[in-house]
Amino acid sequence: MAKGTLYNKIWDSHTVALLPTGQTQLFIGLHLVHEVTSPQAFDMLRERGLKVAYPDRTFATMDHIVPTKSQKRPFTDDQAELMMQAIERNTRDFGVNFFDFASGRQGVVHIIGPELGLTQPGMTIACGDSHTATHGAFGSLAFGIGTSQVRDVLATQCLSMDPMKVRRVEVNGTLKPGVTPKDVALFLINRLGVKGGIGYAYEYAGQVFDDMTMEGRMTVCNMAIEGGARVGYCNPDDTTFAYLKGKEHAPRGAEWDKAVARWRDIASDRGAEYDDVVKFEAAEIEPMVTWGVTPGQSVAVGDTLPDPEAISDKGEKESALLAYRHMKLSPRQKAIDIKIDVAFIGSCTNGRISDLRAAAEVVKGHKVSPGVQAFVVPGSMQVRQAAMSEGLDKVFIAAGFEWREAGCSMCLAMNPDQLKGDQISASSSNRNFIGRQGSTTGRTLLMSPAMVAAAAIAGHVVDIRTFA
Amino acid sequence: MSKIVVIQGRAVPVVGDDIDTDRIIPARYLKEITFSRMGQYPFYDERFHADGSKKDHPFNRPEYQGASVLLGNVNFGCGSSREHAPQSLVRWGIRAIVAESFAEIFAGNCVMLGTPALVASKEDMAKLQKLAAEKPGTVFSVDLQALEVKADGLTVKVTMPPSRRNALIEGTWDSTALLLANADAVKAKAAILPHPSAKH
Ligand code: SF4
Repeated sequence: MAKGTLYNKIWDSHTVALLPTGQTQLFIGLHLVHEVTSPQAFDMLRERGLKVAYPDRTFATMDHIVPTKSQKRPFTDDQAELMMQAIERNTRDFGVNFFDFASGRQGVVHIIGPELGLTQPGMTIACGDSHTATHGAFGSLAFGIGTSQVRDVLATQCLSMDPMKVRRVEVNGTLKPGVTPKDVALFLINRLGVKGGIGYAYEYAGQVFDDMTMEGRMTVCNMAIEGGARVGYCNPDDTTFAYLKGKEHAPRGAEWDKAVARWRDIASDRGAEYDDVVKFEAAEIEPMVTWGVTPGQSVAVGDTLPDPEAISDKGEKESALLAYRHMKLSPRQKAIDIKIDVAFIGSCTNGRISDLRAAAEVVKGHKVSPGVQAFVVPGSMQVRQAAMSEGLDKVFIAAGFEWREAGCSMCLAMNPDQLKGDQISASSSNRNFIGRQGSTTGRTLLMSPAMVAAAAIAGHVVDIRTFA
Repeated sequence: MSKIVVIQGRAVPVVGDDIDTDRIIPARYLKEITFSRMGQYPFYDERFHADGSKKDHPFNRPEYQGASVLLGNVNFGCGSSREHAPQSLVRWGIRAIVAESFAEIFAGNCVMLGTPALVASKEDMAKLQKLAAEKPGTVFSVDLQALEVKADGLTVKVTMPPSRRNALIEGTWDSTALLLANADAVKAKAAILPHPSAKH
């Protein structure tokens, strides 16, 4: 059992009771809700005659299903329109805060929580979405949950949970030029495995994380789940506080000072004990790209694709063979030779302002390669506004990118943004699963937003360090 | 809530590591605002061509129709937290899943639906899958009390977190009632823990 970690402190302070099953009843400080995993939960409340217990701790938005070309209502997709009406009705009937288009604050749920200052250190956070771990970047415990658990949090503001183990994932030293937080995330999943984190909360630590911006920390924590860890977090520090200061829902005045003192205390103690510690050197990390159908099937961009015959584990070898069949790629081919059809910049992994800046920096003065469809989907209405005030939209449009409205878009393709046939995308999102981007034969290469931008220009995967 | 102790039925092997919830249920079926039709969709894109004709998949084979135990491998149910995945399996008829390992959120979702997610060793999983493949008519018995799966003279040990097992055996797997019982203690917690919004 870990001791003295941020995980332990938050778990203890939020424990309400021990349940007869042996599980812990954990209080949830902030509940984030989106349109796709909540309608059934609200209906379950209606069936049981229950109310939302703490509507003032419950904040909803819509992101997965919204079209990003035109948000004019009614949506052309009838099912999407019905789903929109459901979240509108549910938030109204149950008195839940709702960030809709009119609020100017709509966006991907994991982008808007932090940017509104709702996500704060020391909290427990739940959302019916596996990428809830993103909020751990602030030093909170953030759990992705299923719809029946959404019902539980709506009805009781609590979850019944078993404690997790804590693994400290240290990355020491400084990142080499061209290596971004997305590369750190992909590298860690590659090394620790897509199932390596099952049963663990990951504490990301070491100089790389101390030096990293909040947006970078969010990118890494976002992808904790792709390594099997339901929870990932960074300890809060001055970088965290500087990000939060002045945010819409963050504490103010005297409350701010009290909050910062509390937040400092919540960080893992120097002598904290962990269930496991793993260490990496920043110098080992190169810009990464996935070639397969799990986020762990990746290589450094300068490398060739691996030989499945060299994989000793039978299951992993089968996975690799399946990946090659689906991706229509060959062992030992160079990653940089892979041609792309679509370039997608966006998602809760890399749809924030710093991501758009990094991509715009690359595309400035270039043109999208003929035959490539390239588009940028800001993570929220506020990110979109910020980018436009800096003129980034103009940079993208001049280069031949489409400039879209905020939403999840082609991260999961529950909206009109979908791959067609066996198109292959360079994507700044988080999952390359078969069918993930809307076509059963579609193919996805995950990489950093700067590398997606460069691939859009070149028409194939490129090493960002040699791109001019 | 019903007590779930022994599940008996035929078993369907779904072989492969890292079978993610996008594969179990493609995102387009998440547009439905109820779970009622989810039983039609498990593994949809692996079972059907675009024109609706059938592909070869265990869930399509006649011998596995009506099966109630799913036999998987490593990291089953990884990826998206969508409860639509276990909902689709349960509504198709699955009552218990045995695999080498499970993604955490998926395993938790299963229990919320009264469906045990049990772990067996790699060797034992291979034996179980082989049996279900070679003798599809075999009745498997999944016993949560004994933590065993028995079939055709074969007995293998399985595990699951004790709290989840208790919840199923005791019939307290629908957690809402348990959580509601402590409403006063929750209120006391809410009063001392900071609110996420300075505006409230
Ligand atoms: S952007 Fe992608 S991963 Fe993030 S919440 Fe939306 S669909 Fe999920």
